[in-house]
Amino acid sequence: MAEAATMEEARAWEAAAAVPDPEVPCVTVADLGILRWVRIENGAAVAGVTPTYSGCPATLAIEFAIEQALREAGFEARVERVMSPPWTTDWITEEGREKLRDYGIAPPVESGGKATLFGAPTVACPRCGATDTERLSEFGSTPCKAHYRCRSCAEPFDYFKCL
Amino acid sequence: MALFEALLELADDHLVLGHRVSEWCGHAPMLEEDLALPNMALDLIGSARSLYTYAGEVEGAGRDEDALAYLRDETDYRNCLLVERPNGDFAQTMLRQFYFAAFMEPYWKAALESPDETVRGIAGKAVKEMAYHIRHSGEWVIRLGDGTEESARRMAEAVEELHRYTDELFHTSEAASGVAALPDRAAMRPEWDRVIGDIFAEAKLTIPEVRFPQQGGREMRHGEALGHMLAEMQVTHRAHPGAVW
Repeated sequence: MAEAATMEEARAWEAAAAVPDPEVPCVTVADLGILRWVRIENGAAVAGVTPTYSGCPATLAIEFAIEQALREAGFEARVERVMSPPWTTDWITEEGREKLRDYGIAPPVESGGKATLFGAPTVACPRCGATDTERLSEFGSTPCKAHYRCRSCAEPFDYFKCL
Repeated sequence: MALFEALLELADDHLVLGHRVSEWCGHAPMLEEDLALPNMALDLIGSARSLYTYAGEVEGAGRDEDALAYLRDETDYRNCLLVERPNGDFAQTMLRQFYFAAFMEPYWKAALESPDETVRGIAGKAVKEMAYHIRHSGEWVIRLGDGTEESARRMAEAVEELHRYTDELFHTSEAASGVAALPDRAAMRPEWDRVIGDIFAEAKLTIPEVRFPQQGGREMRHGEALGHMLAEMQVTHRAHPGAVW
């Protein structure tokens, strides 16, 4: 019985983990580290999801998408919002960081906080790899990104902010 | 219910300032700021949502975030007066943001040690966002304060206008006092003074001597500005009660 539940959990995890981020579709919710766990409770699949940024408008869309993916895999589904511990960009997997780079988004350099308060981190260009880059705008197209430009290959690019 | 009251103080500060900042959307002086201001507004409104949701749970009367945000009148809002001040010009908006973020960053940092797990979760997210807000608004305070004659005049006027409201950041109403789950507001004073002092020195601004500090928001006595803002913010929800996405 326990083993069956575990297998079902694994199957539910796979279904939920494959859901892409609506704003950055090159990475999945598992790559980003925002899908925390999937459990089978009383026959239903329950997914624990942590929001990225407090005001991220995609949070609700992500929760709906995960619920839908679980239903399509044949589960009764529910999503629980997990606030603690808070998500940090350190939870993005190695694979996720690689996918971001391939997609043209520079992955976060280091954990945010006081250390980066009055200085910008060194961000490598996702196209050519040069570190001679400059910040154009501290805020970008979504709450999780800033806008940069590469001085070496002249390519403008998004940078996934460190938090 | 001191915890409920204290959570409402925090949530109201964040929602009211978040709404104010969002009023800039589409009106900012340059594209980068048109991105920055709504982004900062989203951070604040996001924290407000988490705080209202938790306040509703603590209250246990079945009120959710929407009921607390949209169905209370100004005489029931506990935000400090600073956050409800109209946007004024860009200098005033940035200075208000700087004052608030310089308070909230050490506050959330202290809240990371809270015995309350939900508070720790909300704080863990918000503390990093507030560090970002301090940097962004602080850079503008320096750039404008130590900029052209015109920008320096505007920033000095903003200080003259808004500094009198800052004392209330450190004030908690009696109903919200003595909550172990949240930090003591008054304890943030040294860190706030240090950050304001450092940035003002770089911006060539003088900290004014405030003879008559303005407060009353925590006791639900507000200026005229809040009612107008809430009317606009709440009209859709009140016109369509119970509507959901």
